[in-house]
Amino acid sequence: MLQSILITFISAVFINNFVVVKFLGICPFLGVSKKIKTAAGMGAAVIFVMTLASAAAWLVQEFILKPLDLEYMQTIAFILVIAALVQFVEMVLQKTSQGLYKALGIYLPLITTNCAVLGVTLLNVESGNNFLISVFNGAFSGVGFTLAIVLFAGIRERLETAVVPKCLQGFPISLISASLVSLAFLGFQGLLK
Amino acid sequence: MKLFNIFKNGIIDENPTFRLVLGTCPTLAITTSAINGIGMGLSTTAVLIGSNAVISLLRKFIPAKVRMPAFVTVIAGFVTIVQMLLKAYVPSLDKALGIYIPLIVVNCIIMARAESYASKNPVLDSAVDGLGMGIGFTIAITAIGSVREILGNGSIFGLQLLGANASPALAMILPPGGFLIFGLAIGLVNLITNRQTLKSGCGSHSAGCEGCGAECSLAGTGKEADS
Repeated sequence: MLQSILITFISAVFINNFVVVKFLGICPFLGVSKKIKTAAGMGAAVIFVMTLASAAAWLVQEFILKPLDLEYMQTIAFILVIAALVQFVEMVLQKTSQGLYKALGIYLPLITTNCAVLGVTLLNVESGNNFLISVFNGAFSGVGFTLAIVLFAGIRERLETAVVPKCLQGFPISLISASLVSLAFLGFQGLLK
Repeated sequence: MKLFNIFKNGIIDENPTFRLVLGTCPTLAITTSAINGIGMGLSTTAVLIGSNAVISLLRKFIPAKVRMPAFVTVIAGFVTIVQMLLKAYVPSLDKALGIYIPLIVVNCIIMARAESYASKNPVLDSAVDGLGMGIGFTIAITAIGSVREILGNGSIFGLQLLGANASPALAMILPPGGFLIFGLAIGLVNLITNRQTLKSGCGSHSAGCEGCGAECSLAGTGKEADS
C-alpha cells in the first residue's frame, strides 16, 4: 500500500507532471506564474480542489453513474460536480476560515475552468484507481502542478529583465522558456519501471 | 457580407490560437501530428457551432447569475455527443485524442465565445462565429501539428518524407517541442503581421475564460497582459 502511494507520488509529480508533460492546466500555468507568491497561492488552491474533486468524482462514478449505467454522462457529471464543489469550498472557507479564504479565495473561481481538475478525475476513472489512490493521485498531481508553476515563476521573474526581440515578447518567450522547463522534466522519464 | 466578416474574424483578425492565445492545452497536447490537429480542430468546431447556437437561443432565458453553470452544461452536452460520435465512427482518432476530447468542455475558446459573443448576438451570427473560430483553431493547430510532425517524425499526415537513414528530432513531438513550436509560431505570426498578440486574458474576448482571465486580475499589470 505504502509502496503504491510512493509510486503514485513520484509518477504524478515528476514523471507525468500535469503541466509540462501532460499539458493540463496550461492557462493558469502561463497566466498566474508572474510572481512566485501568486504562483504558490494558485498551487495551494489547486492541490486543495484536486484532492476533493478526485474524492467526489470517484464517489459519483462508483455510486451513481455505474449502478445506473450512465457512464457516458461522465463529462457532464464531473464538470458539474467540480463547479458545485468549488462553489461549496468557497462558501465554507468564507464562513469558517477567514485566513485560508483570504489566501485561496481569489484563485478558487478560476479553478472550475482549469482543465487539470477535470483531467485528474477522468484519468482516475480511466486507470481504474481505487478510492485511496484516486485521492492521493489528485493531491500529488496538484503538488506536481505547484512545483512546475513555482519553478516557472522563478524563471519568469528573471525574464523580466532580459532583452527579448519584440515579436517574441510576452507569450512566445514564456512558451519557449516553458519548453526548457519541460525538457528538464523529460529527464525523469524512465525513473520508474 | 456581414456573415462573411464574422466568419473571417475568427480565422484571421481574432484567431483563437495565435491572436487570443486561448485553448492552449489542446494546442500543445495533441499537435504531435497533423491529422490529430484536424481531428481535434473539427471536434472543437462542432462543439463551438452547437453551443454558440443553443446559448444564443437561450440567451434571453438564462439568468445572469447562473449563466456560467448553464453554459458549461450546454457545452458538456455537445462534447458528450461529439465524444460518442467519435467513438462510434472514428475509434482510432478517439484513441489518439483520448482524454482531450472530454476536456473540450474546459477549452477556454468555447466558454469565451459563449460569454462574449453568443450570449449577446442572434442565432445565425453566433453559429457563424462558432464556425469561424473553430476553423481558425483548426487551421492553427493543424499548422503546428504539421511542423511538429515533419520535424519530429519526418512525415506529414503519416506520409514519410525522409529516407530510412534520416533521424528526425524526436524532441519535437515530445512535450518540450510543443512549447517551443507554439511559442515560435506566435512569434512568427507577430513578426509577419507586425502586431502584438491581443490582450489575451483581458478585455471582452475572454471574460468567460476564467482560467486565462487570471492573468489580468492577478498578475496582468505588466507587459504580459498587453502582449
